[in-house]
Amino acid sequence: MGMAAEDIARMIKESFPDAEVRIEDLTGDGNHYAATVISEAFRGKSRVQQHQMVYDALKGNMGGVLHALALKTATP
Amino acid sequence: MSAQDVQDWIGKQVAGNDVVLFMKGTKAMPQCGFSMQVAQILQHLGVDFKDINVLEDISVREGVKAYSKWPTIPQLYVKGEFIGGCDIVREMFQAGELEELLTAKGVAHNKQALTA
Repeated sequence: MGMAAEDIARMIKESFPDAEVRIEDLTGDGNHYAATVISEAFRGKSRVQQHQMVYDALKGNMGGVLHALALKTATP
Repeated sequence: MSAQDVQDWIGKQVAGNDVVLFMKGTKAMPQCGFSMQVAQILQHLGVDFKDINVLEDISVREGVKAYSKWPTIPQLYVKGEFIGGCDIVREMFQAGELEELLTAKGVAHNKQALTA
């Protein structure tokens, strides 16, 4: 179970090619991550919309194999 | 309940209560750290809210994710509007935006201490 940090970063990058993505493994168990995603794509979007865009990029893994991803989104 | 019945039931809860938190566990006994954080923020702000324990009903647990197109629990609703999950609620609280939102929507709450 769980996902590798590189896989999370890669999936996010595929949807947001311009993004600066930082992934931190909070507990070292491959299950609890914090992610910061900075992309122009978020400009003008609400926080809920920004997070939904990242969840879409993770294609159903969020809330499934990926239990805990503390997410922070921002524009450059 | 059918999937549509569940959606209707969730819609009624969200429409019939000013502040609703779908969470794992109850406000008195949260079963997940993320749910606990949001419940504590609301309690800190003195907000009266309805807690719905999704662990009691798998159809509600899955149904609320479809309702908001949001993949995780907890989920906070204010006056029928989906506000966000744990990260967003915490960010809004820290920025003072949650209190602004409650004021704008006419939901009774304590004044947030200025010294965080």
